[in-house]
Amino acid sequence: MSGSIPGANIHWPALIVFVAPFGLVTVMGFVAARWRRPSSMAHLDEWGLGGRQFGTWITWFLVGGDFYTAYTIIAVPALVYAAGAYGFFALPYTIIVYPLVFAIMPRLWEEAKRHGHVTAADVVHGRYRYRPLELAVALTGIIAVMPYIALQLLGIQTVIEAMGLKGEIPLVAAFLILAIYTYSSGLRAPALIAFVKDGLIYVVVLTAVAAIPMRLGGYGAVFHAAGTAFAAKGAGGLLLRPAQMLPFATLALGSAMAAFMYPHTITGIFASSSADTIRKNAILLPAYTVLLGLIALLGYMALAAGVKVANATQVVPALFAMIFPGWFAGFAFAAIAIGALVPAAVMSIGAANLFTRNIWKRYINPGATAAGEAQVAKIVSLAVKLGALLFIVFLPTQYAIDLQLLGGLWILQTFPAVVLGLFTGWFCAPALFLGWAVGIGGGSWVVFADGLKPVHSVMGHGVYVGLLALVVNLAVAALANLVLRGGRETRLETMNSF
Amino acid sequence: MWLLVLPFIGLLWVPFYNHPTPELFGFPFFYWYQLAWVPVTSLLLWLAYRRRPR
Repeated sequence: MSGSIPGANIHWPALIVFVAPFGLVTVMGFVAARWRRPSSMAHLDEWGLGGRQFGTWITWFLVGGDFYTAYTIIAVPALVYAAGAYGFFALPYTIIVYPLVFAIMPRLWEEAKRHGHVTAADVVHGRYRYRPLELAVALTGIIAVMPYIALQLLGIQTVIEAMGLKGEIPLVAAFLILAIYTYSSGLRAPALIAFVKDGLIYVVVLTAVAAIPMRLGGYGAVFHAAGTAFAAKGAGGLLLRPAQMLPFATLALGSAMAAFMYPHTITGIFASSSADTIRKNAILLPAYTVLLGLIALLGYMALAAGVKVANATQVVPALFAMIFPGWFAGFAFAAIAIGALVPAAVMSIGAANLFTRNIWKRYINPGATAAGEAQVAKIVSLAVKLGALLFIVFLPTQYAIDLQLLGGLWILQTFPAVVLGLFTGWFCAPALFLGWAVGIGGGSWVVFADGLKPVHSVMGHGVYVGLLALVVNLAVAALANLVLRGGRETRLETMNSF
Repeated sequence: MWLLVLPFIGLLWVPFYNHPTPELFGFPFFYWYQLAWVPVTSLLLWLAYRRRPR
């Protein structure tokens, strides 16, 4: 990669095959506005939730395409390549998330459908009528999802670079395509493109996990070579060290509890046609987790193939470029790049819905019409994506990665406000708000004090900070609730005695 | 619904599966055990779906 002649390092077969599927999804993105056409697109239920009509299969593709992001395809094998078994926490995480989805999300959907809620913050407001908690949930969602969008663009940038294209222009072009069709078609665009994305990803990954180990002498040889590489490096390994076991388990649990609190996953859930659609999806979505487990193994295949990269995030593109002929590598890169477009679109829609419903309509223009809401959301979705683009172009990549880590911690602190009310009426809103504030503040402080590490040592045991903050959050909420409710009951008794 | 607690126990208690053996198709136990929980969890969810009170 040292050539100075422009175009000298471009992988033409890869680039040509890359452009074709990208062109296809661009057309689909615009056509999507007419798919299951509503009488009017000028309503947030249509633009922001696709009309709440997606059945089991569309939801399966949409949520699968939205939850298993391009960044996952880049970052999980990168962590496995660098650290070994520890990177596999993504597997228990994306398994235990489904019992949680099954138990929680159909109830949340029913509450949202009954009252016409579009966002999690709408649900919280409808339930508690307490503005500070609604604002807390809305702001947390918007801020937590922004770096996540930036990482999707980073995913696109990584594969573009792997094809030998330099500079920001290809990334800006991909971004513009994404921004414009999301603007015009809303959630229908990623829902339709998700079919292509997931199809391409399945083809690429199944080919890779069959063909690459064959070249390397089978899975036994891949594991053996990876183990040898870790031993030579003196870091990482095929099994967890005893001190890694608790961080592994708490990262898995905390990530699973946070996963469906994000605006993009909630948007996917609220767009389904029924609570039963969500239950069936909890049963069917684990199919993607098998795929994720296989994707994670690409990290070991890269070690076994002797792939050497300056930055671990390049490991999957580098492996594909090394093993596959140019045209198939281009096809695989297109799958990853299109894989970034689906979640990036849904994320910006989720953030736009939050801003429109819970900030703009509440504080800026309470008299907004349905058409006005949809128009504001469309513009905000553009602004959010533009912010993510500027972030990736002008700031060090590490900032986006660090912020995404903090985003996971932050979004997890909305779990009590969003979920507990489905199962118990015990908690009052000010107590939940106080718990949220302490969880966010304390958790962020610990992460910064530890030098932006996700795991904090508690009495010699490493624990995921997000989960730690959630425990403190719940304890504060329970304590505050006892104090506040105790006070209210006393007041009621005094009143009754007169 | 109590069935749905099983994946949490099986996957979050890491000492259950942090072993190299027995291997399956070249996969150390740590890896195929976790992958095996994917269809098992789907099955448990399906059972919970069938049995849920309506």
